Amino acid sequence: MHTNAVTSESAKASDATRDEDRRPMGTIMGWGRLGVAGRETFSEDLAKVTRGANLSRGLGRSYGDSSLPAAATDRVVNTVLANRVLSLDEEAMVIRVEAGASLVELNKLLIPRGLFSAVTPGTKFVTVGGMVASDVHGKNHHREGCFGEHVRSMKIRLADDSIVECSPTVMPDLFYGTIGGMGLLGHILEVEFELRRIPSQWIWMESERVDDIDSFVTALNTAAPKFPMTMGWIDCLNRGKRMGRGILMAGRWATESEAKRDAPFELPHVTVPIELPNLALNAFTAQAFNSAYYWRHLSRTKLGLVGPETFFYPLDAMLEWNKVYGPRGFTQYQCVIPRHAGPPAVRAFMELLTRLGGASPLCVIKDCGPEGRGTLSFPLEGTSIAVDMAVSPDIQRIVDQLNEFVIETGGRIYLTKDRFTTAAHFRRMEPRLDRFVALRDKYDPRRRIRSAQSVRLLGD
Amino acid sequence: MKAVLLGATTGMGRAIARQLAARGEELFLLGLAADDLAKSAADLAARSPSHTTVGFAECDLEKPETFAPALEAAEAALGGFDAVIVTAAMFATQDALEEDVELARRLVTVNYANTVVFCEHARKRLLARGGGKLVVFSSVAGERGRKPVAIYGSSKAGISAYLEALDHKFYEQGLRVLCVKPGFVRTGMTAGLKAPPFAGEPEEVARTVIAAMDRGDSVVYAPRVWSAVMTVIRALPRAIMRKVSF
Repeated sequence: MHTNAVTSESAKASDATRDEDRRPMGTIMGWGRLGVAGRETFSEDLAKVTRGANLSRGLGRSYGDSSLPAAATDRVVNTVLANRVLSLDEEAMVIRVEAGASLVELNKLLIPRGLFSAVTPGTKFVTVGGMVASDVHGKNHHREGCFGEHVRSMKIRLADDSIVECSPTVMPDLFYGTIGGMGLLGHILEVEFELRRIPSQWIWMESERVDDIDSFVTALNTAAPKFPMTMGWIDCLNRGKRMGRGILMAGRWATESEAKRDAPFELPHVTVPIELPNLALNAFTAQAFNSAYYWRHLSRTKLGLVGPETFFYPLDAMLEWNKVYGPRGFTQYQCVIPRHAGPPAVRAFMELLTRLGGASPLCVIKDCGPEGRGTLSFPLEGTSIAVDMAVSPDIQRIVDQLNEFVIETGGRIYLTKDRFTTAAHFRRMEPRLDRFVALRDKYDPRRRIRSAQSVRLLGD
Repeated sequence: MKAVLLGATTGMGRAIARQLAARGEELFLLGLAADDLAKSAADLAARSPSHTTVGFAECDLEKPETFAPALEAAEAALGGFDAVIVTAAMFATQDALEEDVELARRLVTVNYANTVVFCEHARKRLLARGGGKLVVFSSVAGERGRKPVAIYGSSKAGISAYLEALDHKFYEQGLRVLCVKPGFVRTGMTAGLKAPPFAGEPEEVARTVIAAMDRGDSVVYAPRVWSAVMTVIRALPRAIMRKVSF
């Protein structure tokens, strides 16, 4: 009902604040759909609204409570309207954007120009600010590392309300602390990062049926030197001999001569219209889905061209797929088991996971390259396993047992997916925690910037 | 097309500017603050197929003395323009306007009186070059006197009437006036307000508006469903309007 407010910018800030306080309290949810009471402020002008704010969040794709306020009265800024491209140098392959710019929009801009983000996570519905805060990784982690490896510079609003530009050489502690720092050291306002040239708009993909978990770890290791992008889907409902059967996918950008002339035709997105009942996804339907998925891959190997949407973002085709878990909500358990623990540790983890239940149809397996430079960045050299779990009365016990196992192997979990890890477990799995706490002491001694997750895991 | 946009740094104006830039139109931005305009200009240049530079000048709907110089700058930069798109305006809730009558005075002045003055400057320049497009965002709030938008809506009713008259008066001379009547659209302006049914997205509104502009329409509702909604609301008797809350 309203046109843009060029002049309302000049309206006194007090007007805006008053109107904002009048707004009814809403629910803020992560991707796992377990919400908390809170109120978000949307604005194109992040520099204005982050002043005095407690937390910034973007598209809300982190599963747990990373982007949820610690208290209903905390001031939460939503960055999605701040989505401008501030510079794009196609020759130098560097782009600078406001923190709310989303990968879905950037892909539309960049792919036709023969450019692509050096790293993309498994969904395009993420903001660049979120990609930094989570230091996201993708199918090419073994080659390119995390997104943070490709960030050149950032503008950040600190808790003392000053705005600074940091980089690997200017305030490097803030820079690396912010990469994977879950937005806790300051509000990310602008990000400058490197792009990669792509030879075509197509991906050459080879996929292979794999019979069990040991073969999977080996197959991933074998594919890694040959392909810049690898990952696997595992059926985690099967136990015993067939435990860990699944499909390994490896790919690279197709060369100009391999690619089709036309841009890939992507199917339109469909939306899950309503929250399905809790029972819609149960052991039986999950098993049926998995068998269908596995046996659809009739020949042992398949190869051919696919579009980047299909390759990178298979689940994005179904908008709001998180509703299939019903009102109970869900979470994801993603951990990395270090290479030195060896394939037996991965097998033991899968055994524990399938024994504990949780009825998640699929899990994603990926081998990770070396640890990044972000102070709390998730991946380390080894095998990452991610599995969705409906929130059941057992969930705390399941997560606790998985965490005990992961800690024993020297691994850790991905904060972006987490909602149930205890503070004690987090401390035990995270030797870098003291370094991060020291950074918070330096940049936000009064802990003005916080999230439900930071209060749960760090105490403030 | 060579288009001048007032208020295209945010919301629906931003969406329109991006779609025009993506199809290669030449643009010039008018708005409040040079640093913010520069960022939007960079964003649009990045989306332009040939990286066409986008110029800008400061122009404040609260300061009518800025209108002529800003349009002058646009004319100089583009070498003449054939479209002017005004999305800028002011919004506040009815509660806020009732509490602060000075705010109400400012809002009505900006949305009606000063917008008319800006359009007078703009249409004279367009007519001097043989016509062109004048696209101005009014609102469905101007269709009927309604409780939640009593003051804001009246300013939009005024601008709608003015735009209709401009269309009648200058159509023969080649001026195509498009009065845009958005319904509820999810932008920074409406964030936090409870979205009614049929709420739209800025990108969808932008597509509708640009299509109407290309066709030379004189009125467009966006999203389109609001045309039907407003037909019903216009038909409601006063006795009912006194009872309902919308």
